[in-house]
Amino acid sequence: MSELLIDKLSMRFELPGGGAVQALKDVTLHLGTGELMSVLGPSGCGKTTLLNIVAGFLAPTSGAVTLNGHAVRGPGAERGMVFQQGALFEWMSVRDNVGFGPSMKGMARAQKREIVDHLLDVVGLRDFKEKAVYELSGGMQQRVALARCLANDPDVILMDEPLGALDALTREKMQGLVLKLWKETGKTIILITHSVEEALLLGERLVVMAPRPGRVHREYRLPFAEMGAVEDLRRVKKHPDFAARREEILSMIWDMEEEIMGRAEGA
Amino acid sequence: MELIGKLAGELGAVLLTVARAAPYVLGYVLLILATLALWRAVKRLLRPRHDFGSLKTVTFGDESAVTSNLAASVVSVVLIFVLWGMFTGSRLLPAFLHVPGAFVGDGTFGYTLAAPDGTRHEATVAVRVFPFGTTVVPPEIDPGDGVARNDAMVVAAYRTELLRPEDNDAFTRAEGASVVAVNGIGIAPESGAVDVGFARVSMTGRGTLSVTPDKGWQMEPIWLPAPEAVWTRLGEIARTGFRNATLAEHLGYSLFRVIVGFLLGALVGIPLGYAMGLSDWFRGWFDPIVEFMRPVPPLALIPLVIIWAGIGETGKIILLFLAALWIMAIAARSGVSGVRISKVHAAYSLGASKVQIMRHVIIPNSLPEIFTGARVAMGVCWGTVVAAELVAADKGAGMMIMTASKFQNTDVVIMGIILIGVIGFSIDMLMRWAERVMVPWKGKG
Repeated sequence: MSELLIDKLSMRFELPGGGAVQALKDVTLHLGTGELMSVLGPSGCGKTTLLNIVAGFLAPTSGAVTLNGHAVRGPGAERGMVFQQGALFEWMSVRDNVGFGPSMKGMARAQKREIVDHLLDVVGLRDFKEKAVYELSGGMQQRVALARCLANDPDVILMDEPLGALDALTREKMQGLVLKLWKETGKTIILITHSVEEALLLGERLVVMAPRPGRVHREYRLPFAEMGAVEDLRRVKKHPDFAARREEILSMIWDMEEEIMGRAEGA
Repeated sequence: MELIGKLAGELGAVLLTVARAAPYVLGYVLLILATLALWRAVKRLLRPRHDFGSLKTVTFGDESAVTSNLAASVVSVVLIFVLWGMFTGSRLLPAFLHVPGAFVGDGTFGYTLAAPDGTRHEATVAVRVFPFGTTVVPPEIDPGDGVARNDAMVVAAYRTELLRPEDNDAFTRAEGASVVAVNGIGIAPESGAVDVGFARVSMTGRGTLSVTPDKGWQMEPIWLPAPEAVWTRLGEIARTGFRNATLAEHLGYSLFRVIVGFLLGALVGIPLGYAMGLSDWFRGWFDPIVEFMRPVPPLALIPLVIIWAGIGETGKIILLFLAALWIMAIAARSGVSGVRISKVHAAYSLGASKVQIMRHVIIPNSLPEIFTGARVAMGVCWGTVVAAELVAADKGAGMMIMTASKFQNTDVVIMGIILIGVIGFSIDMLMRWAERVMVPWKGKG
């Protein structure tokens, strides 16, 4: 059982020239085991700050993050993270990248090998184990990043726009992979994205954040992730509800952006 | 103001030299273009197919499109040696390729003597021009029995000899005789030279004839020896040594200094750079020192190092240590601070400790920068060691060429320069190879 409690989180950045930015204000979210939550919002709404606090890279100004009853005070192996790109270790082979977490724990070689082999099979990189990561395409590199995160068997997986740098076709395939991994492993996942479509597809729960100060604007419960786990993603996207939701959220974000622009001009 | 005036004068002299060199440079460029045209023509003959490569002749900003043409490199290097041979009369080249050399052989010119009584008398001078360093006998002549009598003289090629033809005549200068013409052309003290075909004859202020044989276009060996002379000298020095040390010793000492100095510099510089990259205190502490010392050319430290440590090995190694130290420290520093924060975050969230991150993320991530720094440092060290040896040393490549230059052993100087170049180039190639083998991920992050 893993339960992630994000309780009244606020984050204020002091600027070097005086003044401050309120990146987050009173963000409260509860995630149960195996929940898949996507976080969406215009730029500057504090999505990444939120994820960095949960990961333990940033200490919040106030509020707390608790995982399974333990307060988060820094990064830890129970909260795995998948970055947009460039976070793989290019001096290691694919195998060593995936085996990094187990190696750090000092896991026995044979056991590590088993885990790595299994995960590389799961993400479809069976034939690329000994390759250098820079020899792989962008999509394959993100598969390695997913496998590396899973190899550590974390309770929660935090994904910071993991598919943002991929081309449309690869991205669609990877979305399918993320859903498959979520269903098979039953991990709790928080996924940050700025693609409305991706947020709808990869979110059992969808949180729309609003900027200045960064806060939770609306929360949805959506059926599409469950559908996508068993059905073709293209079929899911053609679903009438899907189109309606997309329009609704898109216009919501448009309004927010316009409000920001208006405020900036008024100021 | 005075300084500006002086500098303007110097600038004028420089520009004059540039203007004089310009036709030669232009000729060289035309030669390059001519070989290019030739190459194109040959290629078209061999493979008349037209491809889109011709549309890429102008490739601004797309450096990947232009690669080095091997044929051009070969022609360029061969041409250097051919030009060298042409202007030194190299035996490696067929004689028709040589530019005209200095006159060697026999020639004669006539002179006119004005006797004290005003009469004029003709006689000839036989000149034998011989290559410098060979033995020579004067040409045999019949002095004749007139008022003016024939003379004989020898001159080494590229040299000038003085002659007083009236000394053996019926009247000497003391008696009022004087030379008034050469080959029928009037001559007077400091009046300008008369061209007698194989030489130029002028008159000094005191009435003596000065004979300078035609020097041709070739370089005299003491300025530029022929390639084969340099090669021969290389074999000779490799066998018998130069100035109390063998060639291997000279080069070995230079390399030894570079390697030891560089290794010490890296040994101190890399940890220093890491400390500066990882701790703001260390960075603050050493930034002023490193940033000040880095732009100081190591050559400027030579006098101080000589004062402090003398001209022995210690001084040289201290100098090279200093040359490598700052470069390596800066390379290591930027290698550490250049680590992408997401890599460190990823390692943390995979459960790595600080020590493990240092060992598995920060150090490997900094290696490409360190290798680049090492390449630069080795190049700087090699240049610095040669310069330091030029100043003061009892062994070493730089000392060898400096000593040779004092004795005008141009062949040794050129041989030394070529060897220094070859070694410097080899060091760079070796470092590049090591980089490819040891940090294949360079630039792939």
